[in-house]
Amino acid sequence: MIYLKLFLTFLQIGAVSFGGGYAMISLIREKALLYGWLNENELLNMIAVAESTPGPIAVNMATYVGSSQAGVIGSVVATLGIVLPSFIIILIIASLIRNFLKYKTVKAFLSGVRPCVVGLILATAGIMFLSTILNFTNVGQYRVPDIKGLIIFAILLVTATIYGKLRKKKPSPILMILISAVLGAVMYSF
Amino acid sequence: MLKIGLFTFGGGYAMIALLENEFVSNKKWIDKDEFLDLVAIAESTPGPIAINSATYIGYKILGFSGSLTATVAMCIPSFVIIYIISVFFDSFLSVAIIASAFRGIQVCVIYLILSAGLKMLKQIKKTPFNIVIICSVSICMIVFSIFSVKFSTIFYILISGVIGIFANLIISLQKKESKE
Repeated sequence: MIYLKLFLTFLQIGAVSFGGGYAMISLIREKALLYGWLNENELLNMIAVAESTPGPIAVNMATYVGSSQAGVIGSVVATLGIVLPSFIIILIIASLIRNFLKYKTVKAFLSGVRPCVVGLILATAGIMFLSTILNFTNVGQYRVPDIKGLIIFAILLVTATIYGKLRKKKPSPILMILISAVLGAVMYSF
Repeated sequence: MLKIGLFTFGGGYAMIALLENEFVSNKKWIDKDEFLDLVAIAESTPGPIAINSATYIGYKILGFSGSLTATVAMCIPSFVIIYIISVFFDSFLSVAIIASAFRGIQVCVIYLILSAGLKMLKQIKKTPFNIVIICSVSICMIVFSIFSVKFSTIFYILISGVIGIFANLIISLQKKESKE
């Protein structure tokens, strides 16, 4: 039952994904690779699409994975799964526990989760960098790194730094995606 | 809500500014203090921040039916857009130049995730506890991935939370002892 599997998987992800969309990427990546729903490249495409369309990244990703696996119903089921836990939790907090954040145990739990999420996001970026740009996923398996990818990564870093110095803020993700699309189209086509 | 769901490129944090503008300044449905509470709650509960905020605001205004309407409205625009894209995406990718462009974009996504992580790293307080957790989580994850050890991300989150509870217990016990 692919529908049930999609629903339960995204329900799980929705229930533990503290810290918003980016934190969710590591969770979705793990499940999607595990069940063979997407490979690393498809995953990155999907994140790019989720990032450059309106709406919460998490909902976008759930819809996308669901639709790619089981059509309309799949995407409805996956989206429901990811939204349901937060909906229920917030409903309980809003109606019953006004002082939710003042409880000591809640605070203590969150004090551990917050740095963990930062670690997860950094590690996910690191792992993706290793596997897609350096082509290195496991010990004992070695392939040639993607030099063009490395160059694009370097160009993006430099662009972001210069932009940051000039405008005193970071360039928007969409601008960076556009730049990288042009770079990719030029470099990988030849 | 539908309007906000439609215009929030770039995820939850972009949405917070919009929500404030719409509900605090324009419609005056909730006041400023309540809004700050709401953001704190939305950030510290699991799930997408935007959805959490929508559910909360909806409940404050209209009770259960309000929260349901708000949450559904928040999801519909992205759902429809993504669904349409996902249907056409594969045929879209079969065009050679678009496929090349997406290889560039894949690199960019890695950069975006990295910079989101670094931004959070900058904002978090640099206490020894936080630094230890951040380092051990990221090192464990990368090492496990390289050696193909399966260890669910969910465990990292739950274990860190439990460590947080214990760390606080120890600190409060120490404080008691030093008082006595």
